[in-house]
Amino acid sequence: MQLSGAEIIIKSLKEEGVEAIFGYPGGQILPFYDALYDSGLKHYLVRHEQGAAHAADGYARATGKPGVCVATSGPGATNLVTGIANAYMDSVPIIALTGQVPCGMLGKDSFQEADITGITLPITKHNYLVNDVKDLARTIKESFHIATTGRPGPVLIDLPKDVQVAKTKFKYPEDVSLKGYKPILKGNKGQIGQAAKLIGNAKRPVIYCGGGVIVSGANAELFRLAELTLSPVTTTLLGKGAFPETHPMSLGMLGMHGTKAANYAVSECDLLIAVGARFDDRVTGKIDEFAAKARVIHIDVDPAEIGKNVKVDVPIVGDVKKVLAQLNEKLEQQLSGEWQDKIAQWKEKHPLSYGANGKLKPQFIIEQIYEVTRGDAIIVTEVGQNQMWAAQYYKYTRPRTFISSGGLGTMGYGLPAAIGAQVGCPDSVVIDIAGDGSIQMNIQELATAVHYNIPVIVVILNNNFLGMVRQWQEIFYDRRYSYTEITGPDFVKLAEAYGAVGLRVTEPNEVKPALKKAIEAKRPVLIDFVVEREENVFPMVPPGGAIHKMLGG
Amino acid sequence: MRHILAVLVENNPGVLTRVAGLFSRRGYNIDSLTVGRTENSNISRMTIVVSGDDLVLEQVTKQLHKLIDVIKINDITSEQYVDRELVLIKVGADPTVRGEIMQIVDIFRARIVDIGRKTLIIECTGDEDKISAVIESLIPFGIKELVRTGKVAMLRGQKFTSINDNKEDDN
Ligand SMILES: Cc1ncc(C[n+]2csc(CCOP(=O)(O)OP(=O)(O)O)c2C)c(N)n1
Repeated sequence: MQLSGAEIIIKSLKEEGVEAIFGYPGGQILPFYDALYDSGLKHYLVRHEQGAAHAADGYARATGKPGVCVATSGPGATNLVTGIANAYMDSVPIIALTGQVPCGMLGKDSFQEADITGITLPITKHNYLVNDVKDLARTIKESFHIATTGRPGPVLIDLPKDVQVAKTKFKYPEDVSLKGYKPILKGNKGQIGQAAKLIGNAKRPVIYCGGGVIVSGANAELFRLAELTLSPVTTTLLGKGAFPETHPMSLGMLGMHGTKAANYAVSECDLLIAVGARFDDRVTGKIDEFAAKARVIHIDVDPAEIGKNVKVDVPIVGDVKKVLAQLNEKLEQQLSGEWQDKIAQWKEKHPLSYGANGKLKPQFIIEQIYEVTRGDAIIVTEVGQNQMWAAQYYKYTRPRTFISSGGLGTMGYGLPAAIGAQVGCPDSVVIDIAGDGSIQMNIQELATAVHYNIPVIVVILNNNFLGMVRQWQEIFYDRRYSYTEITGPDFVKLAEAYGAVGLRVTEPNEVKPALKKAIEAKRPVLIDFVVEREENVFPMVPPGGAIHKMLGG
Repeated sequence: MRHILAVLVENNPGVLTRVAGLFSRRGYNIDSLTVGRTENSNISRMTIVVSGDDLVLEQVTKQLHKLIDVIKINDITSEQYVDRELVLIKVGADPTVRGEIMQIVDIFRARIVDIGRKTLIIECTGDEDKISAVIESLIPFGIKELVRTGKVAMLRGQKFTSINDNKEDDN
């Protein structure tokens, strides 16, 4: 039987086990939407295509399954761009389907034509322009394979309208054959032996773990490694949840807004075991002084990450889960000693802290969220101070419970990503921790949440500032607050206008009741927390500084 | 240091853009890049001459490998290889100097491929030294136009930069 391209897309998505699509229609993607109409596939109509890309991203991060977003050609496709770049930077598997003008009209500046494969070339793991319906099924199969294997990432498929209409026989391919794409999964035995030797000889090891641990589902193996080696574990922002932060050997986050214990430990360690992390400048600070006393073992699935920013003594390319399992087999139980005592001392002497003064502090709100949810929620964040406090003052114990835009730092990510996460995890409490600036970048998605009754809770830490930028202006620009004071609407009324529940909190004792009410509401809720305006995120490593030289805290 | 990379790629639309884009985006310097079909019509081969220290080269290679369309990369710089470039040179050549030019052409085993009223086009193939020498020798006559293909290179002897789809050949 002959199927149209549009029908083939639907069937292929079903073959891939897709359960949710986030999208927005338009002229050149109409055939697809027509086939979608009675396909049984669940589609969520967002209010802006950026929201669709972030929702697919949030869905993927929360579930571990690829997220799918759809847009029309031209402006629809370009509206996806920030979301695709965001997914690329954080290695999130999303599939973006875009309508395109018919093949014969390509390259003629046709109405709503944009060269989206050209535009997204540097921000996709791979992309395709399908110009023959016969290639469609294979392309989709390859896209899912590429997006989800090795180091995951976004793949875009551009779909000219005539290709969606043209018919051909449908057979979903069983396997893919890509000559140039064969991710290395198992670690090299020799290298693993070397690593085991270094670990055996180390006196002051530290495990530095990134998002790769979560991506590969290696938290159990990581835990075992930490237990065997008695290494303290620090994570990056994206690594949160890879190791329980309630554990005595957890150092919390490292880097610019990391804990002192983490940054001191990394600066003093004699062996740094980097696992699924990429030595980002927000982590390393001044690169020459980062882990300067340490030998480095670097485990990552992406060979290009190894040796990119720092010199590595033992590189191991492979899937983190597999490599750690191989490595653990070679290790012997280490005994606790001076180093472990030192770590405990640092942790005790330098806990994260803020000046409680009876006023409503953003850090306090995060602590209360942790208590009310018993650490069991999925926390999504926007970008700025809100993001850092959410990272610092909530203890993450399970993978995929902290979802945040790390590499790109995209304001406006949180709300749509929270919607995606909630769609993927309907039984979880999903909270978007937001600033009053960020939330206004994709606030329209409240309508999506209300329409489908996706019960996300938006927590605005409202300081009437672009807080993080203001903080930098305070510290590095002599308090010259150039265009960082920001006004918002009455968020409570706005929430109500959208059909969500709106609450406002101004006093510390109102925090818990409001949170409880929000969780019980089982519908979208926005809470406007009016917080101390000029609170800062500490500790802080000035950009380009060595990470053991921290301000504040 | 200059390196010569032999890169096999899927013959897909956009593959050249992907490779060129990667180089410019990450700030690697391409000295020359040539591309053309291979013995297998689905596969093209690029010869990329790139300058940089070992660290840069390592990154170039790894980043290239990340492109799905890139099948195989060989840094042949330190191996035994043959490299050639073709150049077309249009020189000013009124009849008084033609004899002299033809002598030079002979010495370099180049060829004259077009004779105009006041110009000659000279075709020359060779390695870098030879091409430079030819160009040097022709400068005094006035080079009106010059085009070069960029380098192509191949390993000598029993070493190959190719992929064998046919398992039997692999043994
Ligand atoms: C799309 C985008 N534009 C600009 C920035 C730069 N930026 C980083 S943090 C920040 C301030 C965020 O303000 P707000 O959302 O109110 O959060 P706060 O820091 O006050 O918690 C800005 C403007 C960004 N990260 N993303």
